[in-house]
Amino acid sequence: MTGLFELLGLGASAELLSLSGWGGNLLRGLANSLQIAFGAYGLGLVIGLFGAYGKLYGGKVTRDLLAIYTTVIRAVPELVLILILYYVGSDIINKISEGLGGGRVEINGVAAGIWVLGVVQGAYATEVLRGAIKAVPVGQIEAAKSYGMPAFMIMRRVTIPAMMSFAVPGLANLWLIATKDTALLAVVGFNELTLETRQAASSTRAYFTFFLAAGFLYLMVTLCSGAVFARVEKWARRGQPSLKGGTS
Amino acid sequence: MDTAAAAASVLEPATHREAIRVEDLHKSFGNLEVLKGVNLTAHQGDVVAIIGGSGSGKSTMLRCINFLETPSSGKIVIGGEDVAMRKDGSPSNQKQIERIRTKLAMVFQQFNLWTHRTLLENVIEVPVHVLKVPKAEAIERARELLERVGLGGKEDTFPAYLSGGQQQRAAIARALAVDPSAMLFDEPTSALDPELVGEVLTVIRDLAAEGRTMLLVTHEMKFAREVANNVVYLYQGRIEEQGPPAEVFGNPQSERLKQFLSSVA
Repeated sequence: MTGLFELLGLGASAELLSLSGWGGNLLRGLANSLQIAFGAYGLGLVIGLFGAYGKLYGGKVTRDLLAIYTTVIRAVPELVLILILYYVGSDIINKISEGLGGGRVEINGVAAGIWVLGVVQGAYATEVLRGAIKAVPVGQIEAAKSYGMPAFMIMRRVTIPAMMSFAVPGLANLWLIATKDTALLAVVGFNELTLETRQAASSTRAYFTFFLAAGFLYLMVTLCSGAVFARVEKWARRGQPSLKGGTS
Repeated sequence: MDTAAAAASVLEPATHREAIRVEDLHKSFGNLEVLKGVNLTAHQGDVVAIIGGSGSGKSTMLRCINFLETPSSGKIVIGGEDVAMRKDGSPSNQKQIERIRTKLAMVFQQFNLWTHRTLLENVIEVPVHVLKVPKAEAIERARELLERVGLGGKEDTFPAYLSGGQQQRAAIARALAVDPSAMLFDEPTSALDPELVGEVLTVIRDLAAEGRTMLLVTHEMKFAREVANNVVYLYQGRIEEQGPPAEVFGNPQSERLKQFLSSVA
C-alpha cells in the first residue's frame, strides 16, 4: 500500500492528510458543517411548514408578510444574506445586551450559522411544502373533515403524510443545498470544512491535495444523503403504484 | 342531548325519531343560486333517494348537511340537535360540527380513501383517532366490516391497487366503522365502470335492509325505486316532487319529472 502511494507520489499527501494532522482538522470542519446543515435544515423545515400553512390558510396580513419573506430571501444571493443576517444579527444582540447594561456578547458560531442558513432554507421550504400541500387531492382532506377530524389532526394524519411524496424530491434538494451553503459561512470566519481546507492548504501549499480531499468529503455527504432520501421517498410513496409499472 | 330531545326520544318509537331535518336551505356560489329553499326530513330508518338532473343541487344539498359546503342560509337539525350557524351560514361551534360529523358518515363519488394508508388503516383511522376506540377493538371491528363488504384478505392492500368497486366498498366499511346514525351517499356508483356498479349496490341494499338511515344521491333509478322509502326530485335547486317511490316513479305529477324520468329510463 505504502509502496503504491510512493510510486504515485502520494506519500506526502497521505502524510498531510493524517488524522492527527490536517486531516483531523478537515474532519472536524466536516462535523461542524454537518452540525450546521442539520440544524439549519430542521429550522428551515419548521419555518417552511408554518410558512406554507400561513400562505395557504392565513389571513391577508400573514400572507403578505410571508410573500415578502420568501421573495426577499429568494431574491438576494445567499452570500449577501449571510453577511447581512450575521452582522445585523450580532449587532442587534449586542445593542440589546448593552441596552440592558450587559457587555458585548460573543456570538456562538454554530448558533449563528444555524439561524442564518435556517432563515434562508425556510423561504425555499415554504414554497416546496406549499406546492406539495396544494398537490394533495382535495377529496383526501374532505374525507377527513367529513368524519369529524379537527384541523390539527387533519394536518398531522392526512395532509402531511399525503403531501410527503410530492415534497421529498424538493426537500432532498434543499438538504444538499444546506450542506453546501455551510461553505459560505467561511466568510464570517466559521470553522467549517471549506475554511479548514483553505487554512490547511495555505499553510502547507498543498492546495490540490486538500481541496481534492474536501471535494471527496462533500461527495461522500451527497452520496450518503442520496441513499437516505431514496429510502425516505420510497416510504413516502407507499401505496402508490410505481410510475414505471407494467412491463416496459 | 338536551332535555327536550331526551323527552322526545322517550315518547317516540325509535323508527319515528327524526334523524335529519333541513329547513329552507339556500346555497349560492357567487351569483349562482344552487339551492333555493329546500326542506327535507328523514326519520330513523328512512332511506331517502335524492334524484335530479345534473346541476339540480342534489350533491350540494348533501354536502351542506355535514357542512362540507357552507349553507348560505337555512337551518339544519341533526338527531334533534340544531347546528349552530353564523349569519354567513358557517358553523359557529367547530366542536359541535366535528361531533355531529362523526355521526354522519359520508361516502363519496370518488371514494376518497386515504391513499397512503392500507384498507385496514383507512377503516380504523377515525375510530382510533377521533372516537378514541381502543386500537385492538377497532382492528377487530374493521376486519369484520371489511369481511362484510367482501374485502376479507385485502386488509393490508393500499387503495390504489384495488378496482373502483372494491375501493367504494372499502369506503363503505370506513363509513360503517364510525357506527353512524345516518349515512350520506354522494353518487356512490357514478365513478364506477358499469360492471362494478352491482357489487356496490348490493352492499348498500343490505344496509338499507337492516334499517340504516340513509340519504342517497343517485342516478340509479331502478335502485332508488327498490331501496328507498322516500324519493325526492330536485329541479333547479327546489324540491319539485317527493313521495314514496311507487308514486314518484309510477305516477309522476310534474311535467319536469315526467321528462326527467323518460330521459334517464
